[in-house]
Amino acid sequence: MSSILVFCSVQDHRIKRSSLEAMSRARHVAQENGVPVEAVILGSDASTLVPEAAQYGASRVYTISNPLFNAHLNAPVVSALDAVLKQVQPRMLVAASTEAVKDVLGALAVRSNAAVLPDVASFEWNGDTISCQRPVLAAKKMAATSTRHPLVFVSVRSGSYEATEAPVDGQEVAVPFEFDTASLGITLREIVSQAGDTVDLSEARVVVAAGRGVRDESGRQLVQELADITGAAIGASRAVVETGLFPATAQIGQTGKVVSPDLYFAVGISGAVQHTAGMANSRIIVAINKDPDAPIFDVATYGLVGDCFTILPLLNAALKEALA
Amino acid sequence: MKFCVCIKQVPDVQATVQTGRMVLNAYDASAVEEALVLNASNEDPVDLVLVGGPTATETIRKALAMGASDATHLVTEDVADSHAIAELLAAHFQAHNYDVILTGKQSQDSDAGLAGSMLAERLGLPYATNAVGLAAEGSTLIVTRQGDAGQEIIALETPCVVTCSNDMNNPRIPALKGIMAAKRKQIATQEVVTPAPRSTVTETTDPPGREPGIKIEGEPAEMVADLVRRLDAEAGVI
Repeated sequence: MSSILVFCSVQDHRIKRSSLEAMSRARHVAQENGVPVEAVILGSDASTLVPEAAQYGASRVYTISNPLFNAHLNAPVVSALDAVLKQVQPRMLVAASTEAVKDVLGALAVRSNAAVLPDVASFEWNGDTISCQRPVLAAKKMAATSTRHPLVFVSVRSGSYEATEAPVDGQEVAVPFEFDTASLGITLREIVSQAGDTVDLSEARVVVAAGRGVRDESGRQLVQELADITGAAIGASRAVVETGLFPATAQIGQTGKVVSPDLYFAVGISGAVQHTAGMANSRIIVAINKDPDAPIFDVATYGLVGDCFTILPLLNAALKEALA
Repeated sequence: MKFCVCIKQVPDVQATVQTGRMVLNAYDASAVEEALVLNASNEDPVDLVLVGGPTATETIRKALAMGASDATHLVTEDVADSHAIAELLAAHFQAHNYDVILTGKQSQDSDAGLAGSMLAERLGLPYATNAVGLAAEGSTLIVTRQGDAGQEIIALETPCVVTCSNDMNNPRIPALKGIMAAKRKQIATQEVVTPAPRSTVTETTDPPGREPGIKIEGEPAEMVADLVRRLDAEAGVI
């Protein structure tokens, strides 16, 4: 029987919020087409996460409980997902558009003979056609793209849909998987986390992002203080990452991470489309910029025209008091 | 190490007004730059291959002017999706051997980010995507890639495929000497037939904007007090 299979990414022993968003949309699309939504989870935690997947509507959860998947490496993930796809034979594979998913989607599409609609803002399935809207040309345009291929992969940008629960009895199906790591030609040596990586940017509920207006170390400290007060992850525009003030891992935008928190502070960010492409799905956007014509104010929920070096000390004190 | 960089001609997305000007894909430019830096102290080649229409010659000359050795132009006017490009490139690499095949992590026109890993899979080679740093260690390539949480340091046995981020380096601007030398270089051309795409773009529109927000004005202290009140009472986020 045809189904929609959702690949759930795992972090800190939980299914990523972006995966649950993708699953919620997949569930609606599956209902419209009278097919079940199922999930696949890889890693040591896979079995313990079956109830969480079922909470969001997965009637069957395929698991490969193998520590090999606890740190991302593309080759075993491609082999594992290909094995599950061959067993399940779904109409679609849906996943959150994480860096790990971007790393495997092309290779998996060749191995499993699938069409791919990558990094979509929305998708639907009507009759024999699966279609999507996806940002192209550095997010300056949206392209309606469609395919009739018998197997279609869709990766969904974070924040495109809300994660909504719809509990069902989820049945675990353990998939046997053997993998010879010696023949890979690829090994993971280490993962380097930089200071400030403590809260995962793409999953954070609050993000404080710095732009070129945060010119120096004292500005960086004001941003850090606002993040500490609000429990936020720290992001940055490409311009300020290039100055070396913030690590490349913090970069938000078309070439960096896509974030969709409840609350996004854009501090000294002008708001070029390459940046807003990575944060426009945020629920509430607060922009602080001294240039009243900065394009960031076009996407901001609340805009404050002023120098961040004047505003932030006041804001930090006020928020500290409000949250105390 | 023998490098080949797969490059593409794309619209100039950096321009505020679209004039139809076509340029070398910025991610591919970073890949060319990285290969040139890694081979700066030896005689190994940094070759190029491009799939595209006849006018893409200009883009090949640009990358040659940066210092690349030889170039092959796989000429096709038809619209190609990632699958089609990967298939055409794979056929090229079945006839030409390299230690490392580089390309941009995505192209600025379709922003799909698929062709690199599709090519690797077709060739049966190990690969890494979204690289921000490369280093040679004997016959192994050490790749630093930007992952979801932190940077992953990966060892790839050669031959291999790597897709490059534009955070890797600042591509050089070709000097006059390079531009003159590039003009004299022969570009190998080969007419190819584009495989049928698996997905098609049916319409392109302007992206949806957000609802207009509120500009909070006044003295800094007043603005901050107003903002905090709204974040609490109106938005319910604190």
